[in-house]
Amino acid sequence: MRPKYENLGSKDTRSGFGAALLELGEKDERIVALAADLASSVKMDAFAKRFPHRFFQCGVAEANMIGVAAGLAGSGFIPFAGTFANFATGRVYDQIRQSVCYSGKAVKIAASHAGLTLGEDGATHQMLEDIGLMRGLPGITVISPCDYNQTRLATLAAAYWEGPVYLRFGRPAVPNFTPAEDPSFQIGKIQPLLEGKDGVIFATGHLVWHALQAAYALEEEGLSIAVVNVHTLKPVDVEGIAHYLAQTPIVITAEEHQMWNGLGDIVSWVATQHYPRRVIRVAVQDTFGESGKPDELLEKYGLSTAHIIAAIQRALEKA
Amino acid sequence: MAYFCRVQEELGKIAAQVRRDVIRMVYQAQSGHPGGALGMADILTALYFAYLRLQPHPWNPTGLGEDVFILSNGHICAAWYSVLARRGYFPVSELATFRRINSRLQGHPATKEGLPGVRVATGSLGQGLSVAIGYALGKRLAHDPHEVYVVLGDGEINEGQIWEAALFAAHHGVDNLIAIIDRNYKQIDGDTRTVLNTDPLEAKWQAFGWEVLSLHQAHHFPSILQTLSEARQKAHHQRPVIIIAYTTMGKGVDFMENDHNWHGKPPNKEQFEKAIQQLPQTLEDF
Repeated sequence: MRPKYENLGSKDTRSGFGAALLELGEKDERIVALAADLASSVKMDAFAKRFPHRFFQCGVAEANMIGVAAGLAGSGFIPFAGTFANFATGRVYDQIRQSVCYSGKAVKIAASHAGLTLGEDGATHQMLEDIGLMRGLPGITVISPCDYNQTRLATLAAAYWEGPVYLRFGRPAVPNFTPAEDPSFQIGKIQPLLEGKDGVIFATGHLVWHALQAAYALEEEGLSIAVVNVHTLKPVDVEGIAHYLAQTPIVITAEEHQMWNGLGDIVSWVATQHYPRRVIRVAVQDTFGESGKPDELLEKYGLSTAHIIAAIQRALEKA
Repeated sequence: MAYFCRVQEELGKIAAQVRRDVIRMVYQAQSGHPGGALGMADILTALYFAYLRLQPHPWNPTGLGEDVFILSNGHICAAWYSVLARRGYFPVSELATFRRINSRLQGHPATKEGLPGVRVATGSLGQGLSVAIGYALGKRLAHDPHEVYVVLGDGEINEGQIWEAALFAAHHGVDNLIAIIDRNYKQIDGDTRTVLNTDPLEAKWQAFGWEVLSLHQAHHFPSILQTLSEARQKAHHQRPVIIIAYTTMGKGVDFMENDHNWHGKPPNKEQFEKAIQQLPQTLEDF
């Protein structure tokens, strides 16, 4: 009998970050936070109110925010620098590269509103290239948790994880289905959610829920599809991914990101080294997004539950 | 007066060797940035030998309990490496490895190889002031009364991040921060007033809410120390402090002085011999 993951009540993942930041602040005086005029959107306002002397409002000046965070880390503090994923990566790539990663500064970059599901603000704000940008940097850890509870746990763990961390989460309320305390969540390890012999879906972020829904739908057609949550995109759990590649030739990746440089590339890279497999990518197909409701965008850009089901069926036909 | 003479003589002796080191390092590597390094040799010497409160041993990367120094215009690191070595951070002999494979003395300062004295990588310009602010805030949170010093290049202040940082430091009253601009009016493509004019610089920093000091005799040790001392007096009064130091690029080698072409090229053999004649050995060579 496979586990049935239920929605415990939809919540935004960014609030999971905010809750954890406040918890961290309560128990550790080394925790400091920096915002770039998006403190409330990124859910840092509770921390800012509770610990005003450990909160630094930087204004709309992200490059400086990253540098200040690097200096605070160098002094022995644990800085969380938060803004939208676009401004947390592309805008400050060189600052993260030189002042943070190359300098070995354990800055925790909290990137909210990632992906298409930011919604109505449109493509200027829908960051779809950040996983690729960040995982290309030596020394950084990249985490993309799947729901509110996991974002909270990932934030708590990121604080004490060695080195810089890029923490990716989103804007809309989405199903919260992992437990509040979850020993199966470990940075650097895949999290198998469903076992299955007829195929595997590797998913990350918001699309993990959709992958589960796809697997349940296919179960009704007599197919048993594994779902693996790849919340840590760097370092890659090569052994964990290879284990599932070994079990089935039907391999799908699902991510709210460009088809390049993200989870699809990661799984394909492991496949080329361990178990050569055809990897079908459910991802944004090298295009920019647009304004719309989150669900409309997932549907239009090919990232919905139905698209994951179709990808599995396509893989089965080719097998 | 006797004191000033002694200061000039003692520090002058060290700075002269630093200049000689810079030229020998860049010549031997056939790579590096001699112009700015020669221009900042005096101020770096004054900082490390007569002013900063430092604890070279044991090397403490956090910088808590001592003054912190950051070289934001990392390309002039030949002079900084020489000063660090001669101040005891690492063996003087290591200067011979500058810009070579397997060296801790990278082409631009880096932390990865573990060179004592370097707390953050710099080279891509415009980033060091923000990092210095972070260290200054760290000191504030840790109740450490020491200060953070950061040197900025003249061309470097073209970068937008510098002005983001300038706003931030004033807004947050980061008053344990003292920046020094290497105002030699030179950048790679020429005179700063031709490439991208930043005049009037004092007025700009004043308008941004900083306490501004001008150092006109930037190669005269008593003047350097007098200005640094004024900067420390002005620190801890709710405002960040900046010293605009009117240096001469290439100072000490006549044909390199005030010539932007010496930003980032090594001398050839003939030029090296001409330069080294002007830089007599005052301490042991590396």
